[in-house]
Amino acid sequence: MISNRRKLYVWTVRILMVLATALTGLLTLFLVGYVLLRGIPNITWELLSTSPSYLADRVGILPDILNTIYIIIATLVIVLPLGVGAAVYLTEYASNRRLVGIIEYAAEALSGIPSIIYGLVGMLLFSNNMGTSLMAGALTLVIMNLPVIMRNTQESLKTVPQAYREGAFGLGAGKWRVIRTVVMPGCVDGVVTGCILSVGRILGESAALLFTAGFAHVANGLWEGLHSAGATLTVALYVYAKEQGEFEVAFAIAAILLALSLLINLSATMVTKKYQRRNQ
Amino acid sequence: MKPIITAKDLCLWYGQSQALKNIDIAIPEQSITALIGPSGCGKSTFLKTLNRMNDLIPGVKITGTVEYNGQSIFDQDVNLLRKEVGMVFQKPNPFPMSIYDNVAYGPRTHGIRDRKRLDEIVERSLRDAAIWDEVKDRLKKNALGLSGGQQQRLCIARALAVQPRVLLMDEPTSALDPISTLKIEELAAKLKDKYTIVIVTHNMQQALRISDHTAFFLLGELVEYGDTDQIFTNPADQRTNDYVTGRFG
Amino acid sequence: MKRSSNLFEGVIHGIFLILGLVTIACVLIISIYLIVSGIPAILEIGLVDFLFGTQWASTAAEPKYGILPFILTSIYGTLGAIALGVPVGVLAAVYLSKMASGPVKNTMGQMVSILAGIPSVVYGLVGMMVLVPGIRKLFQVPDGASLLAAIIVLAVMILPSIIKMSVTALEAVPKEYEDASLALGATPEETYFRVSIPAAKSGIAASVVLGVGRAIGEAMAVMMVAGNAPNMPDSLFQSVRFLTTAVASEMSYSGGLQRRALFSIALVLFIFIMLINALLNFFLKGEKKE
Repeated sequence: MISNRRKLYVWTVRILMVLATALTGLLTLFLVGYVLLRGIPNITWELLSTSPSYLADRVGILPDILNTIYIIIATLVIVLPLGVGAAVYLTEYASNRRLVGIIEYAAEALSGIPSIIYGLVGMLLFSNNMGTSLMAGALTLVIMNLPVIMRNTQESLKTVPQAYREGAFGLGAGKWRVIRTVVMPGCVDGVVTGCILSVGRILGESAALLFTAGFAHVANGLWEGLHSAGATLTVALYVYAKEQGEFEVAFAIAAILLALSLLINLSATMVTKKYQRRNQ
Repeated sequence: MKPIITAKDLCLWYGQSQALKNIDIAIPEQSITALIGPSGCGKSTFLKTLNRMNDLIPGVKITGTVEYNGQSIFDQDVNLLRKEVGMVFQKPNPFPMSIYDNVAYGPRTHGIRDRKRLDEIVERSLRDAAIWDEVKDRLKKNALGLSGGQQQRLCIARALAVQPRVLLMDEPTSALDPISTLKIEELAAKLKDKYTIVIVTHNMQQALRISDHTAFFLLGELVEYGDTDQIFTNPADQRTNDYVTGRFG
Repeated sequence: MKRSSNLFEGVIHGIFLILGLVTIACVLIISIYLIVSGIPAILEIGLVDFLFGTQWASTAAEPKYGILPFILTSIYGTLGAIALGVPVGVLAAVYLSKMASGPVKNTMGQMVSILAGIPSVVYGLVGMMVLVPGIRKLFQVPDGASLLAAIIVLAVMILPSIIKMSVTALEAVPKEYEDASLALGATPEETYFRVSIPAAKSGIAASVVLGVGRAIGEAMAVMMVAGNAPNMPDSLFQSVRFLTTAVASEMSYSGGLQRRALFSIALVLFIFIMLINALLNFFLKGEKKE
């Protein structure tokens, strides 16, 4: 038998590993369970379908839901062409390796910047010029999500076989035609994955929106909404919990956010799986 | 000479497919035994059974007995068995650490902490592996900076540092150039004074040059086992004759 | 015909080039804006007084703008989160990458993704409602909103990225290394901790640096549990303000020098983050080379 000292080491390490893993799992279960248990009973149709009113003494989160949807739409509409375009440039056009390196480094730097700094710069760049509005918030989120879309698109562009491109060029197609007909269809899954991840980030974002999109809770149409200040669900959660002490509402929103983020996780996994199967 | 390892009626399955069929063999002490045969014949599988490295592969089933030192290897503590029955792999696989730490890894694992004793063990092992003179001035340098042949001799030194009695070598020269190969062969010939060596090789000349005994495997069976001279000059089995004369494989 | 098609392709190329350059432009704009708006207050207050002043009293009759409390809080908070999160994360990563059975591994993978996807305000909310009262009761302190609460929340928040990156690094360790160690008579556990972890060290280090980046940049969750008083972080139970929360908590009502000082704080934070990014790059490059 091995020495007692080694046995002790082996068992200590083994127990510590199991404990660490169990702790991680239990923490997740606790967080999810606690938020859902405290939040779900507070989700009522009235909460979801009305605006807050001091007169009627009620809190409704319809405006926050709408704002969240608007800001997601606006962000994706702007960031998609930018991110996909940058990825296409990097994989299809760029011949200067240094430039590619710099662009990739810049994307990495962007993804490392904390959201509070985005919030500050977004305020200076956008809100100070166009007023605190969902649009200003969306533009801030565009910069934040640019690397996400770019990287995911790039990854899937790399999996488009070189032979497809050569085949299309061989038929006398111009570069743009090759990209449009052969390359772009191949990166749809990457774009979809990028979008799902971006939606997740936008849903969870708060620090970058506080000073760019503001805190208002007014239900508007899309166009009007984008041009006026408004809180997303996440910002609303913060305001209700921290400033107003409305914990029932905060937990209700937290439960909704959690459910959505579970959904996003699930769809991201599904897309990746589908994508891997196709590539095999 | 008395046998140090004996296998009786050894069978091994990977899931459904049988990789070893009723192997009976007795490996004598302080000699070199070569395992030869075409790819997929079971010689490497057999080698890895001897220090129970096959235990790591899921779905492996073993029947029959293997005894080391008169005791079933499956009843012994696997870690102590592997200390006694060392292994050198096909591809040199030094750890990404210093040369010194590579050699000291085994002794440290088995509880030797004393700096002086470690120094002695490292020097002795490197000398035994005939690489001391080449590395004595750069013991603190990363082992991955050595050439392939040096890396393989370092791996032999690493295996020797835990003072094994048997050294299993799984095609130790197949990834090396001819000069490094020659050095490893010389080393093996020298080491058999102190250790028992079992070596898997694809190279007939190598088996002929260095081994005392040769076992010929085919399709999971041990076809013939005997003195190397006899196997190569006067094999009893037609299949052995075909193989050593180069008719197949 | 030929000509117009060349022109057309050239224009398309140009458009894509511009799209590619947007990323660089963003980084430049962010850096320039932060520098331009951050420098004036530093000059006005004096670099030394700003960085090493121990008092922040922006609304006092005689305002003081020392941000040492914020810098130290951010550093202590991050170190604390690392001290708690890294051992747990790395131990779990070794278990998941080397020892866990298939179902356990899959389930835990999902759990870690879920943990990573929880918005920071939700962490903040649970911290406010569970952790803060818990600390108050357990340690008999007047208020549980403290450095300790922030450290715990941050530790949980960085856990998923540490586990994910460490698992990737550990799975990339060549099996030959582990075989060699096992063949020398080391047990699997000895092998993982003495060979696999050292071999995966640059990946694991990168995961730690990534965790540092996340912890030092986190604002909302910390704002909800740390108390936000601009104290020097003398004790774990002190109500404290981080660099991030210093910016966030006064921005909405500030003006004049106070507002400009907030931009200077953001600049300091930005410099910290850029240093961490450079470090991260260094480790990731190291891993590629191996």
